[in-house]
Amino acid sequence: MSEIHAETAYVRTEMLPEQAPPITAAGPVKWMRENLFSSPLNAILTVLSIFVIYYVLQGILPWMVNGIWDAGSLSECREIRDARGGSSEHGHGVACWAVLTDRWHQLTFGFYPSDLYWRPILSLVIFLVALAPVLFDTVPRKLFILTAAAPFLCAWLLWGGTIWGPLMIAVGFVIGWAIFKFGAPAIGALGATIAAILIPILYWLFIAGPVAGALSSAIPLGITPVPSDDFGGFLLAFVIGASGIILSMPLGIILALGRQSDLFIINKFSVIFIEVIRGVPLIVWLFTASLLLNYFLPPGTNFDLMLRVIIMVTLFSSAYIAEVIRGGLAALPRGQYEGADSLGLNYWQSMQLIILPQALKISIPGIVSSFIGLFKDTVLVVFVGLSDPIGFSNLIRATTDWNGIYWELFIFIGLCFFICCYGMSRYSQYLERKLRTDHR
Amino acid sequence: MATMTDPPVEGFRLSQLIYDTRYRSMTIQVVAFILIMLGLVWLANNVVTNLQALGKDFDFGFLGNRAGYDINQRLVEYSNDSTHGRAAIVGILNTLLVAVLGCITATILGVFAGVLRLSKNWIVSRLMGVYVEGFRNIPLLLWILVIFAVMTEGTPQPRDFRGEDAEASMILGDSVAITNRGIYIPNLVFNRSLGGNEVDAETGAVVASQSAGDMILLLVVIIAGFVASGFIGRRATAIQEKTGVRPPGTFWMRLGAVIVPALIVLVALGATLEYPELRGFNFADGIHLRNSLIALWFALSLYTGAFIAEIVRAGIMAVSKGQTEAAFALGMRPSWTMNLVILPQALRVIIPPLISQFLNLTKNSSLAIAVGYMDVRSTLGGITINQTGRELEGMLLLGLFYLITSLIISGAMNIYNNSVKLQER
Repeated sequence: MSEIHAETAYVRTEMLPEQAPPITAAGPVKWMRENLFSSPLNAILTVLSIFVIYYVLQGILPWMVNGIWDAGSLSECREIRDARGGSSEHGHGVACWAVLTDRWHQLTFGFYPSDLYWRPILSLVIFLVALAPVLFDTVPRKLFILTAAAPFLCAWLLWGGTIWGPLMIAVGFVIGWAIFKFGAPAIGALGATIAAILIPILYWLFIAGPVAGALSSAIPLGITPVPSDDFGGFLLAFVIGASGIILSMPLGIILALGRQSDLFIINKFSVIFIEVIRGVPLIVWLFTASLLLNYFLPPGTNFDLMLRVIIMVTLFSSAYIAEVIRGGLAALPRGQYEGADSLGLNYWQSMQLIILPQALKISIPGIVSSFIGLFKDTVLVVFVGLSDPIGFSNLIRATTDWNGIYWELFIFIGLCFFICCYGMSRYSQYLERKLRTDHR
Repeated sequence: MATMTDPPVEGFRLSQLIYDTRYRSMTIQVVAFILIMLGLVWLANNVVTNLQALGKDFDFGFLGNRAGYDINQRLVEYSNDSTHGRAAIVGILNTLLVAVLGCITATILGVFAGVLRLSKNWIVSRLMGVYVEGFRNIPLLLWILVIFAVMTEGTPQPRDFRGEDAEASMILGDSVAITNRGIYIPNLVFNRSLGGNEVDAETGAVVASQSAGDMILLLVVIIAGFVASGFIGRRATAIQEKTGVRPPGTFWMRLGAVIVPALIVLVALGATLEYPELRGFNFADGIHLRNSLIALWFALSLYTGAFIAEIVRAGIMAVSKGQTEAAFALGMRPSWTMNLVILPQALRVIIPPLISQFLNLTKNSSLAIAVGYMDVRSTLGGITINQTGRELEGMLLLGLFYLITSLIISGAMNIYNNSVKLQER
């Protein structure tokens, strides 16, 4: 048979070498065909986008890249620009980054004494180190000791003064913890909880102050005090933002539990609190804090404005966090609650061991975006007279040296906020991926 | 013989209040109620003592007093002789104006950006990503200030429009002037205005003018047109469901129902456009959109639009891919698939977060303070409070206004949400 067909049949005896795919089906050309020019509409969109990008970049890039970094004032900047001779042909001129080199310390630290800059920097480092075990579970667990101490340490470093004040406040927490730990077997969980809340409050109100005063006069141990008025710029934004975030989290959880609770009165009060806080803009609350808070406190009480703002921001943010966590609580299947009940756990045990870990995991994206919102909202304090970065950009513009400079300051402030907020949102995505337990 | 013994009769012991689950929740509630009430009484008591110490009373009578300050942006009649209450209403209308404008543009922008971010076109989706991340991660206040600076620093002065070879020129056929004092656009005026027309003394010609009656009539006719159009549409659908044939020309009838009556009213009133004109040192006539309004409006729209884009994207991604594939398998065009299959299903996921974005936009409009737009916070909550010294009453009214607005918006949107949500058993 084979002989008959030998002349017509063609049998390949050796493999052909691999060929490169056609130019249109591989490499950049394929990518472009698929991603940029897959249809006429897409092609139009691509061309349009490229045009927009080109238009924006050709306007901004030369302005930014040719920027002047070394000058003492805006007029000096303009002289340098004119001397370069590249000013009028484009109409945009060049950026005057010199305002940043001249005033970066104000934008960052406000009026904080310049010889004490190490203190905010050190507290930032402490803050970040203390945050590490919370954020990443590969970090040694022993660092949690620092996490517990960090709030007091940072507050002491930032405001200075005697060390006994923060120490005595910290002692209150230790007292509460001790009562709960050792009192629970004796007087029951509920009684111990109430005592652990009431006794520290009484201690802070009546004992902590005098004891701290006596100790500091006996053993004066302190650093130069810095009043709140000297805080400004990003330091202020960080302090208000970080305290708001840390303080609003537990408050938000309690409010969310209150709103999910079966107890009628507690439920209704939580609902009213959350809705009232969320229904009114933060600016109105800040004005309330600055104009009205003194009306609601005993006569003669005088609060630091910054403390008032922190309290208001915390209350505001806790209402938002409460709603996010409520969503997480509601999303849990009912079986989880019933499972906890069937194990015989009491309310707090079931919340702590079963419900909250899952609910918080579900609500991570919402919580982080609340935090981002809170951090961005710290710029609103400029309206009640605190000098946040935007407040300082106004102050800088009010000086004769830098009158009329806008974009450079805006870009710097915007960039700093972008880095912080974008970092937070990336972290939340990482956390979501890490905690994902449904094997998708 | 078994003897029945009664269960031990125990009296009520005080410890049951804490240890017995039947009574415990009651105990907790009563204790919480007493504590909260004590706290409220303490606050109220402090307010009373403080007000007494300051010699103030609690009285809303200041709303009837003469305000004595001017408001440059107003939708209703107001002069500095009007009352503080009137000033508050002007402010409220200004807040609502910017909120409504902002909600509309933010929704349009957000839907576009959200859909485009999912586009297969790499460069377009990246560009939208830059837009969304850029606006979401930078404070709104900064954006308002940046846009305000663009509007005031980057635009020509009115005098640049003067002369033969002017540096700046009006756009869109000499009808819109963009200046550093704001944007001037044509105004709609009527030769036979319902409010009566003045006659020019020299030429004897009728001066076109505009009164509230004209605008209300126009608005009523347009709304009635939309209602009629909806009715025609529903009737056509009913006929189509019964007979399988949609009555011909339904689309044109619906269009006509909206346009024809409005045109008739416009012609009857003798409508013309009044173009802005450079007179003296500034533009006159036309509608003056102030920089403050534009900066606030644009910034609010762009900022909220970025959030809405993410909501839309998440909503579309929540619709299973099989739906798209099924629509394609039926031979639907991509645009029909989007409109008829994907978006209606995505709406259920989109609407609830969209409501809170509208609420946020309305509340964020209080940032008007940064650019000097006279919203309710700067009339009632700003100048009025400063002039009368009534912080408590003013802030209370301001808070109530925002609270009620929020409740109305969320109530209205919830009704809509109920109408589009999945009907389940």
